Amino acid sequence: MAALGAPLRTLRALLRELRYAAGRHYRDSPAYRHVLAAFRAHRVTSEKLCRAQQELHFQAATYLCLLRSVREHEALHREYHGKGERSPEEVAGLVGFRLPQQPGGKG
Amino acid sequence: LWDRSLPARFPRLPSAAAESGAAGPCGRRAYVPPGERKRFYQNVSISQGEGGFEINLDHRKLKTPQAKLFTVPSEALAIAVATEWDSQKDTIKFYTMHLTTLCNTALDNPTQRNKTQLIRAAVKFLETDTLCYRVEEPPALAELQKNEWDPVVDWAEKRYNVTIGSSTSILGPNIPASTKETFSSHLASYNMWALQGIEFVITQLKSLILSMGLIDRHITVEKAVLLSRLEEEYQIRRWGKVEWAHDYDLCELRARTAAGTLFVHLCSESSTVKHKLLQD
Repeated sequence: MAALGAPLRTLRALLRELRYAAGRHYRDSPAYRHVLAAFRAHRVTSEKLCRAQQELHFQAATYLCLLRSVREHEALHREYHGKGERSPEEVAGLVGFRLPQQPGGKG
Repeated sequence: LWDRSLPARFPRLPSAAAESGAAGPCGRRAYVPPGERKRFYQNVSISQGEGGFEINLDHRKLKTPQAKLFTVPSEALAIAVATEWDSQKDTIKFYTMHLTTLCNTALDNPTQRNKTQLIRAAVKFLETDTLCYRVEEPPALAELQKNEWDPVVDWAEKRYNVTIGSSTSILGPNIPASTKETFSSHLASYNMWALQGIEFVITQLKSLILSMGLIDRHITVEKAVLLSRLEEEYQIRRWGKVEWAHDYDLCELRARTAAGTLFVHLCSESSTVKHKLLQD
């Protein structure tokens, strides 16, 4: 099966991502409560060959990947692709010029 | 409603973004370009209707771009979609809301394809599957492809009892008709929503085999994306990485693939979990 690592690690990372996504009252968000409830419910069943437990772990890992990559993608977008065009003043400033000030407007 | 006005907004380019350049040294815009919409709701909640679970933005019910009521069959999926909406800060960035987009596609079916057409499109990808196209030059890359891709192809052949093979020719591998038959009948066991998700993942990863590996939980999303981008990773390791291109594409591909995989699993969930609890 997929190499997933420890479920506890996935759970902690997932809860951290949900905290970043939600904001102030992250503990009351439906996603936070649902994830915790799902993990608690699967803890009581019998261990290693429990298919439902592995399914849940895989889903949690996938959701974690989704939240994490969306956050990173948005950060990269803001950093590199979100700035828009430069204004004429900035463009002139790139080469050290200043735009002329004409009191009557352009001729 | 937000979605009626949306189609009119999307085609317009944010050409007026030039004005935002004078906003200040911190780079934050004082004005929102027409391509984005401000967050207009405070609370996002879920409710259960006749068709399934619905999303409420404040008191308004969420609708699809074609103005149908947004209903999903699974509660976990509804919660995930609600989280997407809730995590939008000042502006709504639709390009980050992959699960919402997938649900909209499943509900509206804008390409108007039925189940057979979806399956046909998915299986057709096998002829141009990334894992089947091998290079001969450079030998390091050929070796890498053999070591990384062969195990997955072998797994798929064993799991589905088919022959796939690989090829270095430009025409690609010769996939026997029985293989396509097997995959077609396997995919037919998924419902329409799950099939939309599967077809989406295949289109993103450019590989049917990798997508089946994900659906069957044989590999993780990160591994599938890595295998799909194997040649690119090889070149990055050789020539270096450009963050604003490579990482950007990597994160976007991971996000979409993860969304697609999660969507498929949540839409084809079984309820055997509860039985296990009772038996113990």
